[in-house]
Amino acid sequence: MQRNMLFNLGSVNDIPLGQGRCFIVKGEEIAVFRSRNGDISAIENKCPHREGPLAEGMMGNGLVVCPLHGHKFDLGTGQGSEHNECIQIYNVLLQHGEMILEFPCEIFNQKKENNASECLTL
Amino acid sequence: MKKRLVVIGNGMAAARVVEEILKRRRDAFEIVMFGAEPYGNYNRILLSNVLNQSQEAAAIMMNPLSWYEENGIKLHAGVKALHIDRENQIVLGKRLPNGVAAYLPIEKSFPEGSAVREAYDFLIIATGSRPFVPPIEGFGGQGTFLFRTIDDCQQIAQYAKDCQRAIVIGGGLLGLEAARGLITHDLDVTVVEAAPQLMPAQLDLEAAQLLKRAMETMGLRVALDTITSQITYRDDKVSGVAFKNGTQMETDMLVVSAGIRPITEVAVDCGLKVNKGIVCDDQMKTSDPKIFAVGECVEHRGVLYGLVDPIWQQAVVLAEVITECGRDAVYEGSKVGTKLKVMGVELASFGEKNPSESTDEVIVYRDPNRGIYKKLIVADNKIKGGILLGDIEMADDLMPMFMNGTKVPENRAEILFGAVSGETLLDVNDLPDSAQICNCNGVCKRQIVDVIKNEQRTSVSAIGEVTKAGKGCGSCRGLIAQIIEATIGKVSYDPREHYYVAGIPLEKSLLVREIKNREMKSVSTVFAQLADGIEDAGSKNGLASLLKIMWPKEYEDERDARFINDRVHANIQKDGSFSVVPRIFGGVTSPDELLRIAQAAVKYHVKMVKITGGQRIDLLGVKKADLPAIWKDIGMPSGHAYTKAFRTCKSCVGTDFCRYGVGDAISMAQKIEMRFQGLECPHKVKMAASGCPRNCAESYVKDVGIVAIEGDQWEIYIGGAAGSIVRKGDLLTTVNTHDDVLCIVGRFLQYYREHGKYLERTYGFVERVGMDILKAILIKDTLGICSQLDERIQEAVNAFKDPWKEAETPAYAHQFDGPQLVEVVGEVNNNG
Repeated sequence: MQRNMLFNLGSVNDIPLGQGRCFIVKGEEIAVFRSRNGDISAIENKCPHREGPLAEGMMGNGLVVCPLHGHKFDLGTGQGSEHNECIQIYNVLLQHGEMILEFPCEIFNQKKENNASECLTL
Repeated sequence: MKKRLVVIGNGMAAARVVEEILKRRRDAFEIVMFGAEPYGNYNRILLSNVLNQSQEAAAIMMNPLSWYEENGIKLHAGVKALHIDRENQIVLGKRLPNGVAAYLPIEKSFPEGSAVREAYDFLIIATGSRPFVPPIEGFGGQGTFLFRTIDDCQQIAQYAKDCQRAIVIGGGLLGLEAARGLITHDLDVTVVEAAPQLMPAQLDLEAAQLLKRAMETMGLRVALDTITSQITYRDDKVSGVAFKNGTQMETDMLVVSAGIRPITEVAVDCGLKVNKGIVCDDQMKTSDPKIFAVGECVEHRGVLYGLVDPIWQQAVVLAEVITECGRDAVYEGSKVGTKLKVMGVELASFGEKNPSESTDEVIVYRDPNRGIYKKLIVADNKIKGGILLGDIEMADDLMPMFMNGTKVPENRAEILFGAVSGETLLDVNDLPDSAQICNCNGVCKRQIVDVIKNEQRTSVSAIGEVTKAGKGCGSCRGLIAQIIEATIGKVSYDPREHYYVAGIPLEKSLLVREIKNREMKSVSTVFAQLADGIEDAGSKNGLASLLKIMWPKEYEDERDARFINDRVHANIQKDGSFSVVPRIFGGVTSPDELLRIAQAAVKYHVKMVKITGGQRIDLLGVKKADLPAIWKDIGMPSGHAYTKAFRTCKSCVGTDFCRYGVGDAISMAQKIEMRFQGLECPHKVKMAASGCPRNCAESYVKDVGIVAIEGDQWEIYIGGAAGSIVRKGDLLTTVNTHDDVLCIVGRFLQYYREHGKYLERTYGFVERVGMDILKAILIKDTLGICSQLDERIQEAVNAFKDPWKEAETPAYAHQFDGPQLVEVVGEVNNNG
């Protein structure tokens, strides 16, 4: 059974319409977007190409465009426009206008194995 | 477990083959390299620049020592491999004593503890070559040099300081390069060549004579048919040479550069097959299947290569084979040709220099007055060889035709001077599948044909979407169209290429009409009304720019329609930090401004302070969250160095200080910047104002360039460029006053704003519309719209606000926020 850690990202109104913002969750950078029709989506912030900050990208029609070299990513699936580029997506719940991010413990534990010193933050 | 790969050598070929291997399989091998020189590897082609001091030694390094570390390569720098124990698969090396040239043979002995041992599963020999020293009595004393390594160059440059005369032995390419280097040290240089001509490997006698004349006019002496027999010394320093013909010549120093020979001792020593070079098969394997070789030390099908192109090809095949990415890869030899510059004279040479069969055609053009000579050998309508001297423009067509065995035009004059139609002689049908079509993105013909056939892509832009071909500089788009035509008979026309932006199916004039009729003032309205509400991210920027131009005052600014640079008024860098460039009107600043900039740079830990090409100062590496504060501290307006808008106006010192200035260029430039700062345009616009036609501010190659001429007049040039495209601007008109300049420039800018395609620079715009038409509309007012253009540009100027004022009042909440830290609030099962 998958367990999730929950994070409160604050009010949806803190993300300007049609833009993204970057949050740091357990040391992971996560880009959260609010489309003009109200959809909230969350993806990992780093473009797999050259680590461009996706939260600064322009979005539209369910895609975000990396500001560095224009690689595109589907906000719903994480699938990139380039072969073999796919990024992690996260689930966001809306509760009374607040955004609650579900962060799979599994991902955190993997990172922990990769970097033992991070255990201290638990 | 990883296999161990040992590479003997650390020159260009060795580093290249390792790069090719890492590119294919990053983690396949544990790599160890032996480099006899104590450096990372460097570009030997540029050594003469180190000698003539136009480049520092550090500047020609290709892979610094950190590259080896980053890629997990163990480099034994300064260690020479001396013995290969093939039975036990071990290489033995020894540290080279100080001051011993890397290419010299040294004794194969390993005093106690001195041996460096490395076991291998596979071994690559890339020992390169050493300078050839002809049998001259007395060579090696003080003041005699070879020319092969960075150390050689440094020693030559050092010694030359106390000399007046130098002799270079060898009149080949390298010898002339060495001579060029010595002339820059103010020496009286004589080149001595044993053959009856210069550059016997590349030139025929006639071209060589022409080259000799050109060299002599530059102050070089040349002695041909002259063999050096002995070097004479005075006080242990070289003092002269004696020639075989009985004559003598005095000199203060002597450089031998008489060709190269492959370094093969380590291969001979362990019993590999060696003729002139280390013998390799078509997979770059030596006679021992565990041992490969690559580069100048290799003999392949009886041929040795000393140029980079064939060696790069060898490196690719070797990497394919050793990583098993392409087990069947073969190297079948290379046809070689070179383009080079000898002491400023351009030269191209490929294939045979002289006809070998009685049926070979020889086509020659001579223009001795201008130092031009062109000669081609043609057989069976194919090029067998050629020499171009003085004018090598055709080389870019002819060398690929020679390499690929392409048929030449019936009209042989076209081979020498290009097709009458001005089109390229290259026919894609004749190119092999492996020929590279897009040089920017490395796409070959086969990849393009595959996409046409398998994915039914039939327009140039559709092929670009899949392969990236034609997406760099764009110069290959004609060739791509030819390939489509050859493959399926017809190039399809992609209407999207003519849309103003991809997401709205309208060409610019139709889009403008719709926007006006429906009074659409925001990007989201345009999407809602013209694109069924589908917001294409890539189209937002272009629409925002257009709406701002059309409705300077009423435009509804939606910040999500802006690229990040335009949201935070700074240019995003590759690490996600930003650059800050304050406006410095006309390039004139003050001590106060400089102090504030310097203090801000220190306070915000700016990573680099860089003087830009536009006469401004760039502070690089600023955090997004620090932008408002740094702008406030600097207290200057934005320089707009991040956006599709008017950027800057360079100037020279005009009449204020310059002895030659005929017009006040500084205040001209300042007025231009003051008036047009931040003005949105289809693309960036760079300007310059020069105080005289000497053009120190480079006005002729700016989008808009102003040049003062005698008689208190100003010339206005438009459509100049000096980026990926270099184009001299066209003269639009000549006017009398600063105010006239501001008026005409504004009028042109407004016309460009209204009619330019998004991301179309002025050089493309001017060529597309045509200068005659622009002059008619903007100067003669044939359409009667000048006064309207003038009014609308004034409106746009009036609407200007310095975006850095948003430091005080942000346009929206969190505009400049960096990443935000959040804490865990709970833990649940995913369905709980």
